[in-house]
Amino acid sequence: MSASSAFNEEKGGSSSVGEPEYGHDPASGGIFSSDYKRHDDLKEMLDSNKDSLKLEAMKRIVAMIARGKNASDLFPAVVKNVACKNIEVKKLVYVYLVRYAEEQQDLALLSISTFQRGLKDPNQLIRASALRVLSSIRVTIIVPIMMLAIKEAASDMSPYVRKTAAHAIPKLYSLDPEQKDQLIEVIEKLLADKTTLVAGSVVMAFEEVCPERIDLIHKNYRKLCNLLIDVEEWGQVVIINMLTRYARTQFLNPNMNGSDKTFYGSDEDEDEEEEEKEKKAEAPMAKRKPYVMDPDHRLLLRNTKPLLQSRNAAVVMAVAQLYFHLAPKVEVGVIAKALVRLLRSHSEVQYVVLQNVATMSIKRRGMFEPYLKSFYIRSTDPTQIKVLKLEVLTNLANETNISTILREFQTYIKSMDKDFVAATIQAIGRCATNIGEVRDTCLNGLVQLLSNRDELVVAESVVVIKKLLQMQPEKHSDIIKHMAKLTDNIQVPMARASILWLIGEYCEHVPKIAPDVLRKMAKSFTNEEDIVKLQIINLAAKLYLTNSKQTKLLTQYVLNLAKYDQNYDIRDRARFIRQLIVPTEKSGALSKYAKKLFLALKPAPVLESPFKDRDHFQLGSLSHLLNAKAGGYQELPDWPEAAPDPSVRNVEVKDSVRAVGTVTCRDRERWKGARVCSRTRANPPQERKHQRKSDQQKSDSESESDEESDSESSQSESDDSDSEADDPVCNNRKHKCIDSSLVLCLQNISPCSALKSYELLHRIRGEGLSVEYCFSRQPFSPDGNMVAVQMQFTNNATSEAKNLHMEDVKLQSGMRVKEFPEIELLPAGETATAVMGIDFCDSTQAANFQLCTHTRKFFVSIQPPVGELMRPVFLTENEFKKEQGELISVTCRPPTPFLSDSRFNSIRFILFCIAQNRKLQICLRGLYSLYTYDILGPETHHRHRKNSPKNEKTLPRGKKGKKP
Amino acid sequence: MLMFPSDSLITSFVYSMSALPPFKPVTSYWFRLSQNGQNELLCFPSPASPPPAAMIHSLFLINASGDIFLEKHWKSVVSRSVCDYFFEAQERASEPENVPPVIPTPHHYLISVLRHRIYFVAVIQSEVPPLFVIEFLHRVVDTFQDYFGVCTEAAIKDNVVVVYELLEEMLDNGFPLATESNILKELIKPPTILRTMVNTITGSTNVGEQLPTGQLSVVPWRRTGVKYTNNEAYFDVVEEIDAIIDKSGSTITAEIQGVIDACVKLTGMPDLTLSFMNPRLLDDVSFHPCVRFKRWEAERILSFIPPDGNFRLLSYHVSSQNLVAIPVYVKHNITFREGSSQGRFDLTLGPKQTMGKAVEAVLVSSQLPRGVLNANLNASQGTYTFDPVTKMLTWDVGKINPQKLPSLKGSMNLQAGASKPDENPTINIQLKIQQMAISGLKVNRLDMYGEKYKPFKGIKYMTKAGKFQVRT
Repeated sequence: MSASSAFNEEKGGSSSVGEPEYGHDPASGGIFSSDYKRHDDLKEMLDSNKDSLKLEAMKRIVAMIARGKNASDLFPAVVKNVACKNIEVKKLVYVYLVRYAEEQQDLALLSISTFQRGLKDPNQLIRASALRVLSSIRVTIIVPIMMLAIKEAASDMSPYVRKTAAHAIPKLYSLDPEQKDQLIEVIEKLLADKTTLVAGSVVMAFEEVCPERIDLIHKNYRKLCNLLIDVEEWGQVVIINMLTRYARTQFLNPNMNGSDKTFYGSDEDEDEEEEEKEKKAEAPMAKRKPYVMDPDHRLLLRNTKPLLQSRNAAVVMAVAQLYFHLAPKVEVGVIAKALVRLLRSHSEVQYVVLQNVATMSIKRRGMFEPYLKSFYIRSTDPTQIKVLKLEVLTNLANETNISTILREFQTYIKSMDKDFVAATIQAIGRCATNIGEVRDTCLNGLVQLLSNRDELVVAESVVVIKKLLQMQPEKHSDIIKHMAKLTDNIQVPMARASILWLIGEYCEHVPKIAPDVLRKMAKSFTNEEDIVKLQIINLAAKLYLTNSKQTKLLTQYVLNLAKYDQNYDIRDRARFIRQLIVPTEKSGALSKYAKKLFLALKPAPVLESPFKDRDHFQLGSLSHLLNAKAGGYQELPDWPEAAPDPSVRNVEVKDSVRAVGTVTCRDRERWKGARVCSRTRANPPQERKHQRKSDQQKSDSESESDEESDSESSQSESDDSDSEADDPVCNNRKHKCIDSSLVLCLQNISPCSALKSYELLHRIRGEGLSVEYCFSRQPFSPDGNMVAVQMQFTNNATSEAKNLHMEDVKLQSGMRVKEFPEIELLPAGETATAVMGIDFCDSTQAANFQLCTHTRKFFVSIQPPVGELMRPVFLTENEFKKEQGELISVTCRPPTPFLSDSRFNSIRFILFCIAQNRKLQICLRGLYSLYTYDILGPETHHRHRKNSPKNEKTLPRGKKGKKP
Repeated sequence: MLMFPSDSLITSFVYSMSALPPFKPVTSYWFRLSQNGQNELLCFPSPASPPPAAMIHSLFLINASGDIFLEKHWKSVVSRSVCDYFFEAQERASEPENVPPVIPTPHHYLISVLRHRIYFVAVIQSEVPPLFVIEFLHRVVDTFQDYFGVCTEAAIKDNVVVVYELLEEMLDNGFPLATESNILKELIKPPTILRTMVNTITGSTNVGEQLPTGQLSVVPWRRTGVKYTNNEAYFDVVEEIDAIIDKSGSTITAEIQGVIDACVKLTGMPDLTLSFMNPRLLDDVSFHPCVRFKRWEAERILSFIPPDGNFRLLSYHVSSQNLVAIPVYVKHNITFREGSSQGRFDLTLGPKQTMGKAVEAVLVSSQLPRGVLNANLNASQGTYTFDPVTKMLTWDVGKINPQKLPSLKGSMNLQAGASKPDENPTINIQLKIQQMAISGLKVNRLDMYGEKYKPFKGIKYMTKAGKFQVRT
């Protein structure tokens, strides 16, 4: 309004803006108000050189667009302002442009040069916004310009611009699908990006453009897993969904022990605990080929788990479906709590979550049993939520909780919401069929419902009772009798019809009552509803066949009544039945079989959950919710029979090393090593992650390394001759300085670098008490298998600390700890040291414990670097050669003369072994011997010799006795 | 009047009409089409169209009376007529909240949320996790609420330009771009009365002049360059009791849902840690993305660089039933006699486990059976209302005085001749208890690192009834 008044001042009220109403609500005018005239004044405002007028005009135009009014005729006037200085005007012009460019392609081209200029701007945000608008303009002619802009932006310095480039990819793809190949190249490039900002967007582009190109993910898999927690929420959802599919193609089914897949696939109805027991019992049998989870598979599960704590329901659901589809059965339970938490959210969220819980609860009932009460229904829930909760409760019902659930159902039956009551009756029916013990109770309860005043309730109960009786008719003749009596009272036609059908079907169980019912019905036949009449005819026919003596006349009477009924269905039925059951000369062979036709054993209806087998759709997906394949749905692949090569996920080289020569697949491991070191300096936190990951791999594989290495070494003996030739060269060059990056790499895991202390407790956290520890590399005298950890306590607080000791040690199985002696008193400002021993059992699992003072307890953990778990050894040259020979004989891939330096080859081989997760023991040994021999000077050798017995081979501690 | 450009178009139109499952007379479409006056016939996707992209195609805002009052498209325009499927579903549903959140149509899927009596209907074209869209729509509503104070049709209509600018920033090509309120506020200033006045006088704008650098930072949730003269950090621990109490007064299920809402106005980049006296109480937690998960895992301490302004730091859940104290008890006697058209209503409230704190703002509501015509009741305290159309009885009790318990007694008149209702009404209770977290959760201390000044810190506790129902 104010702007229009300003306008009036200027132009002397010459235009039609005189009416202030328009300023606020341009679209509110009647149908007949002249669009033409109004737009004219907008055009004038846009042409003026005052920003405030332009802005006002744009605001009104945007308001029109928002209401769905057509503003396309203003296109030329608006586009002129694309280069306006005022930011808000510019933004609103962008909004307009993106909305109408498709309809006015030629005119839209006028604006392109502005954006092209913007793409070159030194400010990253302007570059990004230019690309964003440019790519949103759906005009086919500019496809090449967009392609170029995307390619350029994909290698922009700024991650924000690269993110925008990733967003632009699906836009261009939907505009021109023929660009797919080029776009895939860009996606491949952006997938390699290491920033969290880009990760989510590029995976989204990947999913839209080329979800089938799973091979693009291999190299980025580990990176994506590690970045996941820092990616923004929406990106997390997309990445997790994509990784779920990826994992299904690359890893083995964790719930499959050898061949008994089908066995476990079918045990839906069993309890989780029972399954576990059976699994354990089965375990020794399946030992010949034990399942070992791929460390990458484990990595995914581990890195997604914290996201269950996300505030975003979509992220929680994504993790839940990932665990449901990928995790071993024992671990799936963790998702239940998070899903139950989502039930507190908005009703739409509840609706989706409950659908998924319903599907999950069929397969994994045990998972949700502890949360049974969270699914109890409140009278204020919307009906669709009530029905879903009912479904979950029914799925969760078992022998132990059925009585509670039925009691709960009893209150539901009294609800005012009749649709819900009907659903409850159905649910009771299902509980009764699933759980034999309560069938009678349920039946009795349902019979009582027959006297309910609501037709819907009665009809539903009769239908359910009918289904239940069909299972065991002989036992329930009294209920049939009871129902027969009900015919006097119940007026609901559907219910009457159901009762008559029941009596007819089981007339043999109630031989006395059935003819009487027929008699009553014959009396009231003319007043009955059609469906009831049909059932009366049925009843008459069945009785005639079983008890013709008593009912012959009645049947005749009923059939005669039916013959003259108004309804042709009833007349037809009567005629047809008469021909069938009453033997006359004309009726042929068919009447002989009448009894078989009418009283054939009918199969009991199966009461099944509508959510059964829905899990073939990826949970959490739209297709799962609709139980129909939605457009663009990517099938969740089945687990592969045999695991594809895990080495594809090992990461490739960086530029500096690439210069050495072409990289063959086999060389990759060396590159990986090199990369680890180059990162060491540049990016410590990331490096640490990486390191921990590879540690994890090692520890995972350790357990199996012993058996396997033996068998394989003999198997590959034949390769020896090839490799032998390389050895002399190797020895000649042994003192040559090797690639510096490799040295760094080895230092990373070696104990020979200087003693390094780690922080155990920071002084802020410890309220003044700080603790550092280092691996002293001294033998730990009380136990040879333990690693000595020297701890240094410093009291920075103003008061003294008393009774420093440790408590509540939590360890992985096999690990042991020797506690340090309690420090009675640590005065303020003083420092004390203590030594403790930990047997890490050759793993890099952390030892967790509580550090206690007289007032506080702190949770701390110690995790060793691999190198600290090893002990150095001294080898003579001959021994070294022998070791190396052994090493080479182990491999089935002898070093090729690809690089002239064969010593380099053997190092490469060692690193290869590490990544292969196999033969850890041997490879560490080999690595070590090489290391001591080649890299260290005699001085360091000397130092080590003091500490360790001569000629003992390097072994992980605790395994020394077992060496072959 | 709308003119059909050619015959071929008409046939394609008729064809797509016949593909719709519930047949609608063409006239209604005609009406909608002519209303918009655009060539919307083009909007049915042709079979040769490229594979669908974009998660959220379009958004329609529909008010309670079924008018589409705002539309926004992120890709090619989708015709308004797609909402007809939504209206059909709405008709089928007995209650507004029973409209299914996901509705399939021949070419699109409609995902909707209902908040503040406005339906937010997102149109999508291909597979997308439904929760993704639902969560996003709720985030949109939250943002509107944050910007305009309320999220009503009037507020949205008044601020339609800001709404459009927000939607433009929140989604790019249907994929969420900036949903963090701190970033959005940097991009688009929320309208205030003062700013509206200044803007009209000076002609300046709502759109932030400086570039949104927050999007680039490592803490994307925090605005950069925050400055305050009074540095304050307030935390509200609010707990809600969800419970179902059965007829006899015993608890069937009870759990506590708690949240810690924060209002942090601190200069610079403060790094806060919040520790609890009894963190083990918390059964299940979900965090704002700013909270460092590792530290929580290891030490049960909340360590975070907060966003600027109001945000929800944490929500938690206390489920073990013995920890949940029930603050009030209800004595009730609601009976209908067979044959008489009278019913008795008798309700008394009393405090139960309140740890000496006063129970305030008590509000009792109950949906009485359909047969009840009216109620003649006598409230010892507060006022009651009975809506004869919806049959909703509401009793605004106020504060419970333990010496003189509030009660509501009297009779209900039933429809003459109608039989006794089967069902007994459920009683819903709302209440507030100040200065107490019913789970006993206590914040131990709040420390700030990274900045020199001394902030003012405040913690407030409150307990409310959530979904608190008493069955009769």
